[in-house]
Amino acid sequence: MQAGTLSTFLKRGAIWGFIVLELIFFSVAGEFLSLSDKAFMDAGNMLLLLKQTAPLGIIAMGMTIIMINGNIDLSVGATFALCAIVLLDSLTWPIFAGLGDGVIPVAWALALLTGIALGALNGLIVWKTGVDAFIVTLGSMLGYRGLVFMYNGEQPTSHLNWTLVDFAEAQWLGLHTATWFLLFVTVAIWFLMNRTVHGRNAYAIGDNRTAAVNAGIRVGPHMMINFMIIGFLAALSAVVFYSESGSVNPNDGELYELWVITAVVLGGTKLTGGSGSIISTFGGVLAIQLLRKGLAHIGTNTETVNLVIGLILIAVLFLDRQLNLKGKEELKV
Amino acid sequence: MAGLTKEQIGGILARQGILVAFALFMIGFSIANARFLDPDNIMGVVRSSAILGVMALGVTFVVISGNLDLSVGSMMSFSTIVVLDLHDKIGPTLAIPAMFAMTLCLGALIGFLVGYLKLNSLIVTLGMLSAIHGLTLTYSGGKNMDIADKAGTWFGVFGQGDALGIPVPILIFVLLAAGLGILLAKTPFGRKVYAVGGNRTAATFSGIRQARVVFSCYLISAFCVATAGLIQAGRSLGSQNTVGQGLELEVLAAVILGGASLMGGSGTIFKTAIGVLILGFIQNGLLLVGLQFYAQYVVTWIIIILAVWLDIAAKRGRLWSPIA
Repeated sequence: MQAGTLSTFLKRGAIWGFIVLELIFFSVAGEFLSLSDKAFMDAGNMLLLLKQTAPLGIIAMGMTIIMINGNIDLSVGATFALCAIVLLDSLTWPIFAGLGDGVIPVAWALALLTGIALGALNGLIVWKTGVDAFIVTLGSMLGYRGLVFMYNGEQPTSHLNWTLVDFAEAQWLGLHTATWFLLFVTVAIWFLMNRTVHGRNAYAIGDNRTAAVNAGIRVGPHMMINFMIIGFLAALSAVVFYSESGSVNPNDGELYELWVITAVVLGGTKLTGGSGSIISTFGGVLAIQLLRKGLAHIGTNTETVNLVIGLILIAVLFLDRQLNLKGKEELKV
Repeated sequence: MAGLTKEQIGGILARQGILVAFALFMIGFSIANARFLDPDNIMGVVRSSAILGVMALGVTFVVISGNLDLSVGSMMSFSTIVVLDLHDKIGPTLAIPAMFAMTLCLGALIGFLVGYLKLNSLIVTLGMLSAIHGLTLTYSGGKNMDIADKAGTWFGVFGQGDALGIPVPILIFVLLAAGLGILLAKTPFGRKVYAVGGNRTAATFSGIRQARVVFSCYLISAFCVATAGLIQAGRSLGSQNTVGQGLELEVLAAVILGGASLMGGSGTIFKTAIGVLILGFIQNGLLLVGLQFYAQYVVTWIIIILAVWLDIAAKRGRLWSPIA
């Protein structure tokens, strides 16, 4: 991607411009429409917003690298739920009873390992069978969700561990634990994609797979590693979220894949692979969360959020196409 | 199999694999449980598959033309809610055409965005999934929709009635499948759908107006969704806002099981119907052999992957992918 041209600048900055617009709009509209006296830009409100961004945001980072790599993962919602169940259930397993609060890191590790294993399974199937990632993860979305239901039927799995809740609700330098996780993941994934060989190869594979193969890049292992990363991040998201809430319904995480993909696309990542930016994805998840919170702030029905986000997604796609159209006009009829 | 080379066997399996699998499943389940082949049971399975099946017929057109439709689930919720609401307001005879018109408008909008503006169908229909869900909730105010006088309306005939001894949902499914099957296989329009999905550039050079073809495919899909909504509404005479949630992926699973390629250009209505029936019979068969309801999801997962894998393995002539 060439820096400096106007359209690149517009595309890179677009999501942040959109966020600023949202902030201005909801602050002004909030003055007239809001039922509460609090300003929208209230510090506490914004901190809470960051915290609520975390579950989707952490997964979105993984989705960005999957999509840069030219794949897609529809199974993240089911992975999220399955890891949450493993986390909460393993806290109560009798074999760990002697550990006291020492069970917490064990449960975390089990949940994270589950996520990595589920991601690795997806990646391995994509790699070895050559079936499109869309179909593979569509299938595993059903399959993993089936496992969730088989684990505990339609009952919620609940276990509150107060040490864990205290940890999840803690604030350090003003930011909540979940926010710190989101920031840390963002920085780590940014580093991975921009400063390591793996990241550069992932871009290369997504941009032009044949060229990448000819350049001697081993496509399969890179794809598998990326699927393991998104599995890990889906698990991390579950760990962060359910440490606090302590109860998981078998339907939890449904439609997460759609929200996450929406956020990533809003951030400007291409479905066709090869381009995308971690920082813009961060903007994308922030923009969606702002929209949800803002619409609630000015007293709109929560239902409207879906409508607005869907339309914005399509509008962004349209604008993006108009910006890209210059110079590469398609076959004219 | 003396006269057949390995490639030929592979070719046959690739083309008819889904039928072979279907036959194996039916045999397996009927051995495992005698009740499986009971006519009542078979009728019940087909009947409950009808809604999914009707939607899958429309999505088959979209997929063959090289696009995706993820919005059918929330569109089905929309048409169900709308027809139930209008039923009490303007009566069933007016409510049904009104609902079809509204659903077709949504289909036309998607068709315009994907066909004429050439936007990526995955993202457009993903956006529409969310947007139509929001529209439905705004329309209904988030409340469940029920017909006030459930006993005094003939509206339930679409979901519960019988005609000529056959349940109406099955009748609708079969008639629609026959009609759309002929449209796809025997008419110039059908050839154009395959052409656009198979090779867009070649289709354009052959003088096919691909935008119009894609647009029509989404209209057909919306029509099928409206029909499914009608069956659903008639069956329950009341509905939640999320009645179709998640169906889009099950529909897609059925279409893929039927052997349609997501790249476009291949698939048939008949095989999609088989795909739908496989999903239905697996669900039923697993219950009858005593497995948990949710085990079907895991089995479906394995079957989808295997079906697509064997399909492309036969095409490329080797089992494992060439990806390094």
